[in-house]
Amino acid sequence: MSDTLVDFDEVLTRYEPVIGLETHVELGTASKMFCGCSTTFGAEPNTQTCPVCLGLPGSLPVVNADAIESTIRIGLALGCRIASWSRFARKNYFYPDIPKGFQTSQYDEPLCTAGHLDVELDGETYRVEIERVHIEEDTGKNLHVGGATGRIHGADHSLVDYNRAGIPLVEIVTRPIPGAGAKAPEVARAYVTELREILLALGVSEVRMEQGNLRSDVNTSLAPIGSLEWGTRTETKNVNSLRSVERSVRFEMRRQAAVLDAGERVVQETRHFHEDTGSTSSGRSKEEATDYRYFPEPDLVPIAPDEEWIDELRAALPELPAARRIRLREEWGLSDTEMAWLVNAGAVELVSDTVAAGASPADARKWWLGELARRANDAGTELSQLAVTPAQVAELIGLVAAGTVNDQLARQALDGVLAGEGDPAAVVESRGLAVMGDSDELVAAVEAAIEGNPDVADKVRGGKVQAIGALVGAVMKTTRGKADAGTVKRMLEERLVSE
Amino acid sequence: MSTPSPKGQLTRDEVAHLAHLSRLAVSDEELDLFAGQLAAVLDAVAQVGKADVSDVAPTTHAVPMTNVMRPDVARPSLPRDVVLAGAPAAEDDRFRVPRILGEEA
Repeated sequence: MSDTLVDFDEVLTRYEPVIGLETHVELGTASKMFCGCSTTFGAEPNTQTCPVCLGLPGSLPVVNADAIESTIRIGLALGCRIASWSRFARKNYFYPDIPKGFQTSQYDEPLCTAGHLDVELDGETYRVEIERVHIEEDTGKNLHVGGATGRIHGADHSLVDYNRAGIPLVEIVTRPIPGAGAKAPEVARAYVTELREILLALGVSEVRMEQGNLRSDVNTSLAPIGSLEWGTRTETKNVNSLRSVERSVRFEMRRQAAVLDAGERVVQETRHFHEDTGSTSSGRSKEEATDYRYFPEPDLVPIAPDEEWIDELRAALPELPAARRIRLREEWGLSDTEMAWLVNAGAVELVSDTVAAGASPADARKWWLGELARRANDAGTELSQLAVTPAQVAELIGLVAAGTVNDQLARQALDGVLAGEGDPAAVVESRGLAVMGDSDELVAAVEAAIEGNPDVADKVRGGKVQAIGALVGAVMKTTRGKADAGTVKRMLEERLVSE
Repeated sequence: MSTPSPKGQLTRDEVAHLAHLSRLAVSDEELDLFAGQLAAVLDAVAQVGKADVSDVAPTTHAVPMTNVMRPDVARPSLPRDVVLAGAPAAEDDRFRVPRILGEEA
């Protein structure tokens, strides 16, 4: 079944979008939220469970102190009010991804409320209001067997791995975000991007989206322009890449516009995003799923963080990404636009680390946005995923600066580093990439070039100095690029050009 | 969700709704039977409401404690064979459960 879609630009002539995001972040704690089971990703199925996270009778949960601390730090970084009294609640539902029959979550007494996150996009700032930040536990992983798609349709039965069940999960909920108009899809993406940066700076999670550490439920609704009421929203579940966040909003805007144009109503429901087509499809009906019969968790006592602890945590917050970007931009002497390129390329931390390892900001920026961006692009990956560390890039830059290699040889050295052959200096050594100095071999190559190209040599002698390029090229060819072009030119001039 | 019934009563609809949420198959006869029985249970519990608590501060928990927490230290988990021995069925080192109709993970 394919949906009727309205052209994106046309949607905006009639409708105003409102978006909202609920983002789940798996914390990077060593143990689970309510028990001591390990949280290591990728362990053999069902090897990280115990009576508590399996919900066996008689077991009792105990709160992970680090998880509470991380949640409060996230709240503080988002400018939230930290509750002086907070409780856990049972969210009751029947689904085998939670063996207990309920998820231990928070309901009407979350740890953090009323914050905000400023998102910059094309020189404009959008303030995203944060409704709440609360802590809960992650669920197990279902594998549907027998269905063609791994989804439950057509499945005979499901297999469950409870390693993930009970891992601390922080939920960050925005208030509805109106007024973004055509920028709504990008604002959604920019919000998750900035949130991810903050979480990284706080060090509370690895936020590897491909591992599901961070996933967003993306709400989208449309209202006719000028309408005082917002439209019915849909909730696209578990969107787990930045690009998909943007695409899911764009698709829902186009789909809902077609529904409304046809005089029909948008159904309030959860939807699934499909990476391959960029489309969403209807999920389970929300109608009954919301009947979670929350009640206070009797097995856990309230969390009452005292002022002193909160002040301590606030004072110990790291420099947050927005402030850090302003500082680095000034230190590196970049314009807003230049800095924006670095941000968009995901290269700020990489450049910063490269500078910290001894490179100049200009060189570091040139390498990450140039050669390395090209390599990442060719490999279809992110800069941060390249098999080269900022320290290695700094080393490479140092080798160029010292004249050990030229740019061309440095690129060959990079090949070696990316192929796992070791650090740049070691690759230069093992691949024999060092630039030839004023050596006998180079002198011989220079002489050979002059003898091999007598016409050109004569031209240069006769005053056509620019013709020397051909001779430099010949030397570079003989030396397979290992000579320094500047040195070669100087040597040729010494022999052919008399002052 | 169905409309809540007056105090002390429980409609068949409400029982059917609860049964669905709990994934219990309940026959029509049972709906009538359980509606009556559950109403009796609710009545019994409702007796608590007759107590005069005007002088009593609301209690949020049986134990007047807060901030009971443990340090974030991983400890050994149960061996998998022990864990799966408690499962009604297992396959590929995982818990095997029936498919759930009409819902998607």
